[in-house]
Amino acid sequence: MAYEALAIALVVMCGVGTYVMFLSTLEALRATQDAYYREYRFADVFVSLKRAPESLRQRILDIPAVDRVETRVVAQIRLEMPEFAEPVTALMVSLSDSEPHGLNGLHLREGRLPVPGRADEVVVSTPFAQAHELHPGDHFHAILNGRRQALTLVGTALSPEFIQQLRPGSAFPDSKRYGVMWMGRRALGQAYDLDGAFNDLALSLRPGADAQDVIDRADELITPYGGLGAYARKDQRSHRFFSQELEQLGTLASLFPSMFMGVAAFLLNVVIGRLVAMQREQIATLKAFGYSNAAVLGHYLKLVAVIAGCGIVSGIALGVWLGQLLSGIYMEFYYFPWLKFSLQPMTVVEATIASLLAAGAGTVLAVWRAAKLQPAQAMRPEPPPHYRESRVEKLGLKRWLSQPTRMIIRHIQRKAFKSALTVLGIALACGIILTGLFQRDTVGYMLHIQYGMSQREDLSVTFTDPTAYRARFDLLGLPGIEHVEVFRTVPVRLRHGHLDYRTAIRGVEPGGDIQRLLDADLRPVDLPADGILLTDFLGKILDVRVGDRIVVEVLEGNRPLREASVAGLVKEYLGVSAYMDLAALNRFVHEGPTISGAWLGVDSAYLQPLFSQFKDMPRVAGVAERRQEIRNFNRMMDETMLFFTYVATVFAVIIAFGVVYNSARIALTERGRELASLRVLGFTRAEIGYILLGELGILTLIAIPLGLWLGEWMCYYIAHTMQNDLFRVPVVLVPQTYAFAATVVLISAAISGLAVRRRLDRLDLIAVLKTAE
Amino acid sequence: MTDQEQRVPAPRPIFEARGLTKVYQMGEVRVDALRGVDLDLQAGELVVLLGPSGSGKSTLLNILGGLDTPTSGTVRYGDHDLTVNDDAAMTHYRREHVGFVFQFYNLIPSLTARENVALVTEISDNPMTPEEALALVGLAQRMDHFPSQMSGGEQQRVAIARAVAKRPQVLLCDEPTGALDAQTGVMVLDVIARVNRELGTTTVVITHNAVIAAMADRVVYFGDGRVVRIECNAHKKAAAELQW
Ligand SMILES: Nc1ncnc2c1ncn2[C@@H]1O[C@H](COP(=O)(O)OP(=O)(O)OP(=O)(O)O)[C@@H](O)[C@H]1O
Ligand SMILES: [Mg+2]
Repeated sequence: MAYEALAIALVVMCGVGTYVMFLSTLEALRATQDAYYREYRFADVFVSLKRAPESLRQRILDIPAVDRVETRVVAQIRLEMPEFAEPVTALMVSLSDSEPHGLNGLHLREGRLPVPGRADEVVVSTPFAQAHELHPGDHFHAILNGRRQALTLVGTALSPEFIQQLRPGSAFPDSKRYGVMWMGRRALGQAYDLDGAFNDLALSLRPGADAQDVIDRADELITPYGGLGAYARKDQRSHRFFSQELEQLGTLASLFPSMFMGVAAFLLNVVIGRLVAMQREQIATLKAFGYSNAAVLGHYLKLVAVIAGCGIVSGIALGVWLGQLLSGIYMEFYYFPWLKFSLQPMTVVEATIASLLAAGAGTVLAVWRAAKLQPAQAMRPEPPPHYRESRVEKLGLKRWLSQPTRMIIRHIQRKAFKSALTVLGIALACGIILTGLFQRDTVGYMLHIQYGMSQREDLSVTFTDPTAYRARFDLLGLPGIEHVEVFRTVPVRLRHGHLDYRTAIRGVEPGGDIQRLLDADLRPVDLPADGILLTDFLGKILDVRVGDRIVVEVLEGNRPLREASVAGLVKEYLGVSAYMDLAALNRFVHEGPTISGAWLGVDSAYLQPLFSQFKDMPRVAGVAERRQEIRNFNRMMDETMLFFTYVATVFAVIIAFGVVYNSARIALTERGRELASLRVLGFTRAEIGYILLGELGILTLIAIPLGLWLGEWMCYYIAHTMQNDLFRVPVVLVPQTYAFAATVVLISAAISGLAVRRRLDRLDLIAVLKTAE
Repeated sequence: MTDQEQRVPAPRPIFEARGLTKVYQMGEVRVDALRGVDLDLQAGELVVLLGPSGSGKSTLLNILGGLDTPTSGTVRYGDHDLTVNDDAAMTHYRREHVGFVFQFYNLIPSLTARENVALVTEISDNPMTPEEALALVGLAQRMDHFPSQMSGGEQQRVAIARAVAKRPQVLLCDEPTGALDAQTGVMVLDVIARVNRELGTTTVVITHNAVIAAMADRVVYFGDGRVVRIECNAHKKAAAELQW
């Protein structure tokens, strides 16, 4: 009984462990986010515009429900880092010179804030400083509005506005090549000729305010100043991505623990059922002495409570430990000043209640059957089992089956329901392994599609402002550049009915070979002469089908409001974009042939010289290398996926072991007499081992394909919940993954089977001859 | 019999036990199940073991059958030394040479009569067919019935068919009629006698029922872990003539 109890306690531990892990992480991240936002005054509404006079501030402040307004200067800048030749870009954000407790306050990690008016002092985001090993007092150069300027790092800090720091257009953090930094408002304004003016606003609202109403009014006010459209916190990049991450975590928190609890309930049912069958007479005696059914049930429930209790306590400890590990992983990609990790009493209570309910359900059913027997009836041994020929045998296979094999098959058939549950339990183990592994396969596939078939440039270059088309020829003139495809990016808000989404339309050249758009079957799509192509996920967000017309609100220039028809949907796993023919886009926004950047095919020998040449081109806002994107992608996936792979595999092994070991142990108590009789007849240990474990072998072999199928299904479910603006995960499983899952299950089943088989050596052959069944 | 012995050299006994003891040590308590048993069994004879409960009959039978080993003394079957505690060798010995019949039949409930017999014939070298074996015990009609569909006597006859189907040299029966009424018991004993007669199988039958001793070639009386005396029956009775 001890090992069975241990196996059950372990499965309960896994269930409680996963639940506590996911929920404590979720709670920790939520609490941290809340506290961080509150203490550092994270703004509610954000506005970007071209240039507005400071006097506009008061008019915005007059909008009802607006609490505070902070005008800012925000600029995309290029940096020259010492000892790092590759292109580095940053977002430079102004800090109020007069108001130390403004919106989006900085959490200083090192050093101090810039002295007001000093144009050479900056605070740098901590992850960027760490990646470059920068400390207060260090120097580097930046290109501010086309002018090269020496900067001194006076402090490092974190901001609630940038808990995630992604270069625009990139899906993965890269602190080495992209960062956020802050400079005094007046100094930055002067650098950008925005003295007494601003190009960005952060607002906070009064409690209970209607954000949409404020956005509409603000939009009205800023439109004359080249407003790019106000947006609420929920559309703020850093906040949005982090919130989507939390939602996914929530889904996983409900999926895995419930599977473990189901298995635990089943195991308890089986084990307690067997225990009750063995103790029929004691139960009958107790009842004959006047104990009630409830008292008998209570006796077993106490036993189960002890087993489950061990699982719960160890599960909570395990969950807290894993939760800290998991939160730690999140802290690598999302930047918080601290983590409020605390175990909420409710989480413990929920996990405990769920475990006890599962355990109780498993027990009550098993005990009830015995308890409702009349004492006299229960005193008699259980009636002998009735067997029949199995269906398999009736199919005519019988003559090929040895007697031991027939025993196995008939036994499975007689206990069809229990056998089915055993199969399901083993299948779950197999499926859980797949869920832990599939993301890894998927990543390989996504990389192949995104960077091998679709975005095939070596470098991408973006300009500080829309540039005349002839820049293309300047680029082609640079040494080492073999191929140039240009693009125009126009920020827009797309509307369809009441749904809208802020993104950018990319105008691309038709027939491009570097950048290719792919349809659902991954065939390159021809650009339509007019009409717009949407990322398939954007199609879902806006609920549009091919042929639908959408409203395009251009968020730059004189902000024309246009309509376009959806010409097609393109398959993209990363990001959310819209595409048009370059010339058509230029016409669409009423401009001449203009481009925002280019994709380059480069001879790799010229990469370094090109980097330094781009440094001397002030109009180049940023340069990104595709190979580096792939590395960033892999790094992020490695760190998170490995964790899930380990956890899933270990837990799956525990389930497989729990189910197989318990089934084998019970088979041994149920069939020990039979097996001993066979030993007397001259059957070897191996031969009776086959009868005992053959059944489990067959069930395992049935369970594995079922488990692989079930696992695929769970992967689809997880992939479905993991869709977000940054990336969508396709379900791709390579044969090795199936093989791994199957092998792990087979090995755990074999080991637990062998653990029980060793007991066959100790079968008492003589005892079974002395007693009737 | 003595005349025979003088004419030809006595055949070597199939079993030869000398000074067999078996001690069960359970904590402080020591139980001497066998206290020095000397016994020879001749090939082809039918021996009945009689004796009070606890006198060590089953212990002896289990040692002869390779299910147990003595604490001291020697016991030999043909060329096999049955005192060695080697599981594989003992298993092989049981499989090749011994047929067992027990008080509680020990049939496999998930297999039909035919299949219970086939279980053994599948792993033997020169077996009868299960059908022949079942016909021998008069159960040709019930071959496809499961144990739960048969009476105790019928089940015991299936057990005998299973024990003899591999044509063992030895048939060891521990209280084969213990759970049966007289009429059924006679039927079962008749089958055992027939196997002994027709197949020449050396047969040992343990019983509490002194009446049964009449069908034996020799009757071994057991008491307190020893052979008390041995009687030869000049005229053994057919099972059908027994009554109790
Ligand atoms: N496994 C055991 N452990 C301890 N003592 C045992 C064991 N098996 C038998 N004995 C003891 O050895 C003695 C002989 O037992 P055995 O079963 O040989 O008797 P028996 O003559 O067959 O009796 P019965 O006619 O009641 O079957 C008895 O006193 C019994 O209690
Ligand atoms: Mg006995």
